[in-house]
Amino acid sequence: MREIAAQAITETVARLCIEANRQLSPDMEQAVRGAFEAERWPIAKTTLGTLCENLDAARATGLPICQDTGMACVFCEIGQEVHIQGDFEAAIHAGVAKGYTEGYLRKSVVKDPIRRGNTGDNTPAVIHTRLVPGDKLKITVAPKGFGSENMSRLGMLRPSDGEQGVKDFVVETVKLAGPNPCPPIVVGVGVGGTFEKAALLAKQALLRPVGSRNPDPYYAAMEEELLEKINALGIGPQGFGGKTTALGVQIETYPTHIAGMPVAVNINCHVTRHKEAVL
Amino acid sequence: MEYKLTTPLTEGVTRSLRAGDTVLLSGVIYTARDAAHKRLCECLERGEALPIDVKDAAIYYAGPTPAQPGQVIGACGPTTSYRMDAYAPTLLRLGLKAMIGKGKRGGEVVQAMKETGAVYLAAIGGAGALMASRVKSAQLVCYEDLGSEAIRCLEVEDMPLTVVIDSLGNDLYQTGPEAYRASQN
Repeated sequence: MREIAAQAITETVARLCIEANRQLSPDMEQAVRGAFEAERWPIAKTTLGTLCENLDAARATGLPICQDTGMACVFCEIGQEVHIQGDFEAAIHAGVAKGYTEGYLRKSVVKDPIRRGNTGDNTPAVIHTRLVPGDKLKITVAPKGFGSENMSRLGMLRPSDGEQGVKDFVVETVKLAGPNPCPPIVVGVGVGGTFEKAALLAKQALLRPVGSRNPDPYYAAMEEELLEKINALGIGPQGFGGKTTALGVQIETYPTHIAGMPVAVNINCHVTRHKEAVL
Repeated sequence: MEYKLTTPLTEGVTRSLRAGDTVLLSGVIYTARDAAHKRLCECLERGEALPIDVKDAAIYYAGPTPAQPGQVIGACGPTTSYRMDAYAPTLLRLGLKAMIGKGKRGGEVVQAMKETGAVYLAAIGGAGALMASRVKSAQLVCYEDLGSEAIRCLEVEDMPLTVVIDSLGNDLYQTGPEAYRASQN
């Protein structure tokens, strides 16, 4: 067994929270800057130019890119050969509290969904854990802003709805969202599994490098087609009109029941953040 | 059209703005989002005076990150506005002239804007670091216990905004994408 101290997990999570909120991953930054170069519609180009300036400003000042520094979604892959010394989930929550406090990030979490009341340190995190072969611990922190989270949808489609049903549901979701999720967006799609599995797949799709393609050519082609259809809506950056409504569409799938075809669409904004570390 | 405006904003000024115009706004504005709006309206329901004077004022739907040492404010871009739709008509009828946020508004808000001559302005969502550079001072006004959601008084200089919905009800979120799609045919 390989020993990993809970304190090391706390320190890593704290660092990832801060880094994810201050700088985009290279793939995401390239997607935003590339969209600025490619856009021809005047108001859209100006708006994308502002987003590029904002990335420069965040880098120069150390400020978060966006004030919605999100609820911390933490994905962990724990090697079966790893033994954690201490309370694993408590270590993650402590890392979130440390990162959001020391990094001057916004505390955006309320302790009860109906009765509200800010928890004051952005805890708890939403933790997803998988047990995998090996002796490593991989931690991915993906702060999730709620302007885009609120525009996400889940549908329990019928098998007879088929491929067209899935495509229509995705495009309709983006259309309904319009300017609200801060386009240009990244669209995560989960198809199959059960009610909760589809939602998780959609979120996991957003962890992939933006613009990467599903290894299955069938779904890769669907990703391409959906991106084209979404950008033909003309919503454009911030909803002011233009070509660049989405920077990427990413689909993840899982086998499902003979009676069903769950589809979840999780929307991310142009500040799509995720940062990982391996202990 | 491009305008340079300074708060307070009179009805004559806000009525002259049109969807698609750009505004560089200077002067004093107030931040308020979900929880602060709820409290403002509860305050009115109790028959008490508001802690801020909304007449001819601009409210910015924003909850900034904490200021780092030596900085005036943290990242402070706009939040999505529709969540304030339940409260906005009440404030508009008390004289609020500009709402600054991002995203769609409901019919009742637009109706109240037409009646009162107010405008809805969009700041660039997600451009929080850039917006911080336009804020010259920030002071807590009330509801400190709400943290980021407290009402703050910001002194801004040339805050870059776009008129999305004007006092006639024109909406850039409809006309902008329509114009782009028409250009593709």
